[in-house]
Amino acid sequence: MTNLSRRKLLTTGLAGVAGLGVAARLAQKYGLVPPDHAGIYGPGETLTYAAQRLLTSHSLAREFSPSQISKPPLANEMAPPSDAFKRLQAAGFIDWRLSIDGMVDRPATFSLAQLKSYPSRSQITMVQCEEGWSYIAEWIGVPLHHILDGVGVQPHARYIVYFSIQPDWWDSIDMADALHPQTFLAYGMNGADLPVGNGGPLRMRVPRQLGYKSVKFITHLTVTDSLKSFGKGLGSASPEGGYAWYAGI
Amino acid sequence: MARLESAREPLGVCAPSSASAIPATTVTSRHSALVRVTHWITTLCFLALLVSGAEIVISHPRFYWGETGNVLTPVLFKIPIPSSRALVPTGYGYVMPDQNGWSRYLHFQAAWVALLTGLLYLLSILFTGHLRKNLLPRKADLSWRVFSSSIADHLRFKRPTAAEAWSYNPLQRLAYLFVIFVLFPLVIWTGLAMSPAFVSAFPLAVTSLGGQQSARTIHFFVSVALVLFLLVHVVMVFLAGFWARMRAMITGRAANAPMERT
Repeated sequence: MTNLSRRKLLTTGLAGVAGLGVAARLAQKYGLVPPDHAGIYGPGETLTYAAQRLLTSHSLAREFSPSQISKPPLANEMAPPSDAFKRLQAAGFIDWRLSIDGMVDRPATFSLAQLKSYPSRSQITMVQCEEGWSYIAEWIGVPLHHILDGVGVQPHARYIVYFSIQPDWWDSIDMADALHPQTFLAYGMNGADLPVGNGGPLRMRVPRQLGYKSVKFITHLTVTDSLKSFGKGLGSASPEGGYAWYAGI
Repeated sequence: MARLESAREPLGVCAPSSASAIPATTVTSRHSALVRVTHWITTLCFLALLVSGAEIVISHPRFYWGETGNVLTPVLFKIPIPSSRALVPTGYGYVMPDQNGWSRYLHFQAAWVALLTGLLYLLSILFTGHLRKNLLPRKADLSWRVFSSSIADHLRFKRPTAAEAWSYNPLQRLAYLFVIFVLFPLVIWTGLAMSPAFVSAFPLAVTSLGGQQSARTIHFFVSVALVLFLLVHVVMVFLAGFWARMRAMITGRAANAPMERT
């Protein structure tokens, strides 16, 4: 290697490192860094999240025709329901509540009947499991942005954290997904109440991400500007179990 | 030894140690530094993608055609292995440990490194003329006679001559072109076609393949084709002389520089 090419290599390398530093700062500023960006798989995760955020901020998940609905829709295996769930189920979910707090102007609690009284929307979208299988169903519910508008999300909010009644089952999405028109609090499926096997009575639906982001049995939402104080600070229970926070893949 | 005897000579005036050796100044490298570096990065990425991809398949070793597929729908084919999910009826009485988390992280990280390395390689072979000079078939080779004799040489496991080892033979060129311009793009495309976020912006990427499960099935078969290429490639390296070829791809040096390089 000649001196010239070595010098070139050095300057290119230095420019590259400086470029990366600037890129990292810009990415942080524009919310392109996922909460699980640390560790050996951080670079790949950050590239995926940043690239998809830039490409897909406003794009709509594919919707299908009624004839493409899977019959029957697969109910995935899950942990046995908790006692709290069983008590509410025994009473026909009359006392099921969804509470919202955090960076909102008017923290609120909703019953299922209240949620159903809002203008309902439906969409025929695919549930794609990270394992490889999938099904298509019609999802009926209230768009999450409708509820968020109602409680008044504060301008500095960056994430919505959502919790299942089942222990240690929680996740979060950024505002791009939270305000996305297809992100639903779903209470119905294929023209009927949402079956318990598919997450009834209330499930988050994030159709632009893999199935595990669509957490079942939602009882609580928190609006926040930082995920650091939730669990291990990785954004959801998924990275704590070894899975990526962002699952648009 | 000649080299020791000439040690008092100024550096750079290196006398050949024997009649057959090539003076250091005329040793051109068999593979450029960029080809060597991108080759080995791609190798590492491919192995990472292969291991993690196999691990992901184990969580659902069933394949489908069309948009959707799950354990309640008809299967195109299944791989007769145990699964890492109790949901999948494999016929085996046990469930493998779940390795999907790190497998998925590793799969996408390796995919990014492979993609960026591939882009660097593509740009460099376009601008250095490597593509035109060494990969695209030579005009003289574009005849059935040349190809049939190349095929016959391969079938007889004929070792390349010293001069031949300095350029790619017609079949080899075709194989590399096929991997670079057909299999790699196809495996990237079918991979992206499985991403719900990506296809929300580019739905044609998946509908043109017949659906998300079709994309997954094609992704699997393209991966199998890439593994077959890897096996043949490694066998060929052994037949052509393992250490000489490895040295050429690691250090760039090869013995017996040809009189005329193509």
